[in-house]
Amino acid sequence: MTISLNAFLIVAGLLFAIGFFGVLLRYNTLVLYMCLELMLNATTLALVAFSRFNGTPDGNTFVFFIITVAAAEVAVGLAIIVQLYRRRGTVQVDELTALKD
Amino acid sequence: MADFLFYAFAALTLGSALMVALHRNAVDAALSLFLTFFGMAGLFVLLEAYFLAILQVLVYAGAVVVLFAFIVMLLDVDANKRRPIGKFAKVAAGISLALLGTGVLWLFHKNQLSGPALPLEASGSALKTYGRQLFTTYLLPMQVAGFLLLIAMIGVIAISKKSKAADAAEESRS
Repeated sequence: MTISLNAFLIVAGLLFAIGFFGVLLRYNTLVLYMCLELMLNATTLALVAFSRFNGTPDGNTFVFFIITVAAAEVAVGLAIIVQLYRRRGTVQVDELTALKD
Repeated sequence: MADFLFYAFAALTLGSALMVALHRNAVDAALSLFLTFFGMAGLFVLLEAYFLAILQVLVYAGAVVVLFAFIVMLLDVDANKRRPIGKFAKVAAGISLALLGTGVLWLFHKNQLSGPALPLEASGSALKTYGRQLFTTYLLPMQVAGFLLLIAMIGVIAISKKSKAADAAEESRS
């Protein structure tokens, strides 16, 4: 395999940038949440790449825990979004201004 | 061959990630998210983290994306609200993407991180390594992770139970 560590890190960095771009661009809470997942995945990819090129398995074990926590986080976050929709009737961030007024 | 696969999976990951950020329809965004996770699993295979690749497909592409698609269809947010994206959000997002993208490219083109040219033998490929690590070095985090999943499950049930306030809000809207 001739792909360097840099190539993987560039992909991870660009994935993070795209996720950040989506978080700033979109108004729909669900899509915002998907873009947050993208950012989390970008860090995961960087960890696995570092772990591979360092020759130690610790990075991979961290990613194992990250996936566990991310699964729990997605479940709780989506439950909150559903409850938000029940109470306010919308999930668009520009309409959720209860703390602003 | 590995080079070609890397470029293919990287293009798949980044392209479908862009689709997630840009697609107007939330269902299509969820399906693009599935493709992104699939491409990530391919990159994991190239990094010889086979276990994580399987986990990525099972947990992310399987459970998380299905959950997203389910909630998107349940809430039906696209039908009633599809509005143009604000100019300020467009400018801010474009500038941040340009800054972060050029920053990443510049950083990794300018100073090449010195790793071994041909990587060492993959240490994360064998399941045995995971088992040993999880039950010796990372025993406490393992227990905490299990407990966290239990707490998350109880929390989700508690949050999504229908409360009186939510019922009242729903009735006042309809």
